[in-house]
Amino acid sequence: MSNNEKSHRTGGLHIGEPAPGCAKTDPMLIIDHVKKSFGGLTAVDVEHLEIPKNAITALIGPNGAGKTTLFNLLTGFDSPDTGTWSFEGTSLAGIPAFKVAQLGQVRTFQLTKALSLLTVLENMKLGATGQRGEGILSSLIPALWRKQDAEIEIKAMELLARFKLDTKKDDFAASLSGGQRKLLEMARALMTDPVLVMLDEPMAGVNPALTQSLLDHVINLKKDGMTVLFVEHDMHMVRHIADWVVVMAEGKVVAEGPPETVMKEQAVIDAYLGSHQDTDLGVVTGRINIIPEEGK
Amino acid sequence: MDWGSILNNTIAAFLTPTTIAFALAALGLAMHFGFAGLLNFGIAGFMAIGGYGYAISVLTFGLPWWAGMMVGVVGSILFAIVLGLPTLRLRGDYLAIVTIAAAEIARLMFLTTAFTDVTGSADGLFGFNTRQDGTGFQNSNPFPSGDYGFGPLSFNHQTLWVLTFGIAILGLCLWLLWALMRSPWGRVIKGIREDEDAVRALGKNVFAYKMQALIIGGVFGGLGGIVFAAFSNVSPGVFVTSLTFFIWTSLLLGGAATILGPVIGAIIFWVLQAFLSNFLSQLALSGILPVSTTQASTLRFVLVGLGLMLLVIYRPQGIFGDKRELTFVK
Ligand SMILES: Nc1ncnc2c1ncn2[C@@H]1O[C@H](COP(=O)(O)OP(=O)(O)OP(=O)(O)O)[C@@H](O)[C@H]1O
Ligand SMILES: [Mg+2]
Repeated sequence: MSNNEKSHRTGGLHIGEPAPGCAKTDPMLIIDHVKKSFGGLTAVDVEHLEIPKNAITALIGPNGAGKTTLFNLLTGFDSPDTGTWSFEGTSLAGIPAFKVAQLGQVRTFQLTKALSLLTVLENMKLGATGQRGEGILSSLIPALWRKQDAEIEIKAMELLARFKLDTKKDDFAASLSGGQRKLLEMARALMTDPVLVMLDEPMAGVNPALTQSLLDHVINLKKDGMTVLFVEHDMHMVRHIADWVVVMAEGKVVAEGPPETVMKEQAVIDAYLGSHQDTDLGVVTGRINIIPEEGK
Repeated sequence: MDWGSILNNTIAAFLTPTTIAFALAALGLAMHFGFAGLLNFGIAGFMAIGGYGYAISVLTFGLPWWAGMMVGVVGSILFAIVLGLPTLRLRGDYLAIVTIAAAEIARLMFLTTAFTDVTGSADGLFGFNTRQDGTGFQNSNPFPSGDYGFGPLSFNHQTLWVLTFGIAILGLCLWLLWALMRSPWGRVIKGIREDEDAVRALGKNVFAYKMQALIIGGVFGGLGGIVFAAFSNVSPGVFVTSLTFFIWTSLLLGGAATILGPVIGAIIFWVLQAFLSNFLSQLALSGILPVSTTQASTLRFVLVGLGLMLLVIYRPQGIFGDKRELTFVK
């Protein structure tokens, strides 16, 4: 693993110095002046941020930094007080969540949303887009959708096999474990053939053995031409797969850059560690030692 | 104890226009609550609009019966839209509150003396099933006058026509619900019941789906009211809030997320009602129960309420519900 560790990395993403708000050579998401307050608390206040295309970007920051809130704003699940943002050149401000998803920007949730009383397979099939049988009139004529439904099922089974859930296909999603639900949610999101995948803590609660294969899935998403933006607290993982890291603290983007350098920045260390400044960030935030530390 | 009459009256409750009307309304609630997760506590309002829509179109506007019934259906569609527009974006419990209130408003509109000419106020409306000009529902009765059936299940030709019509409508609605719920459309609806944000995140227009479900269930409720009206008269005393709860009882008896459950539930409800009211008043008559016969027949509602509580606690998925669901009641 460690010998090809860097080979999947995408470089040359930014223009000029990697500073908060720096321009990207090929941005997928461009965020401007997005601000959201809850009462007196400013949860998100992003001046300018660009997310590079066909790369894996990690969004990190301490608890309450505003990462999930930013996800909600970008996907239309919440609306900001001010600000504009665009996805592949299309302005998304004021666009409802389902339309954002239809454009190919799909997300998962920090608190997993498995559809409990649907089977695992039904969960998956629900994710497929452009289903003829989902129209109320065409649903009454099975001849219109049977074939498409069978194709969707094949695709769903392939994905389930990749996520090691294929044996569970006829179980209610409610019977899955917490980690399995995370996997199901991610697999279901992939059923939509997204352009941009936004994962909110995809690895939380997933066991180490599976984490490794999940990381490979995420890297494969990029190989398949997708862009990934993910929130994660595990710094080992961030170092392992991210091409670019954006650091948030108290609603603001305080640093961004490639993973090797950004973690050494003073602003990041301050945001995470406060006074314990001589501790290594990886030691504090890494739950699982999945990659050998540098220099060992 | 006259067991013969108890048995006779109990069996007779199996197949009545009222049972069919209940089954239709319960089917509407199955669409709303069982499949889409919409808490509708105003099903009596949908029934009232269906029934009154039919009666008023015939009496006031002189429409033929089938056109009048269509007005009733259109009325329940409009009612669903009016209820859904402001509430479907809100959390589920708000729909529950709004539907209770809206059903009461509808009933009070039919009760108020302000529109007595049209609604008949507290007396309600009657005489719309048989019309002098031959456009009434009973004027189209294909069955020659006479008695049909055998034993406790004997009907005159008029009742037989209502039953035939009601069963046809019920069959159509059952087919529609079944066809919808086995399709990808039904999958989206069930997904919304489980977690609408998750479905939204997959690019489905949740609001539109919820509105469609509300309309379809509402039309089933309206048709229940129409079948009810086709058998007897309509009056505001019928479409009260307790009617809503009786229909909920029927639904939960059979199983909320099932197709046939609501129908079986409605039958069980009425058979039980008939049995209890006959049995309890017989008990009172023979002095075993120290109450008057009127009190005895009120007692059955107490027992129905008790039964509903036990049902929800010990078998929330209903008689026909999936056993596995029980393990995951939230
Ligand atoms: N609906 C809400 N109402 C009020 N305050 C909120 C709401 N949602 C978030 N907040 C506040 O906004 C801030 C940012 O929350 P957010 O969930 O975005 O943090 P996060 O970076 O995702 O944290 P974590 O890593 O713990 O998931 C927090 O201080 C939180 O208390
Ligand atoms: Mg979060």
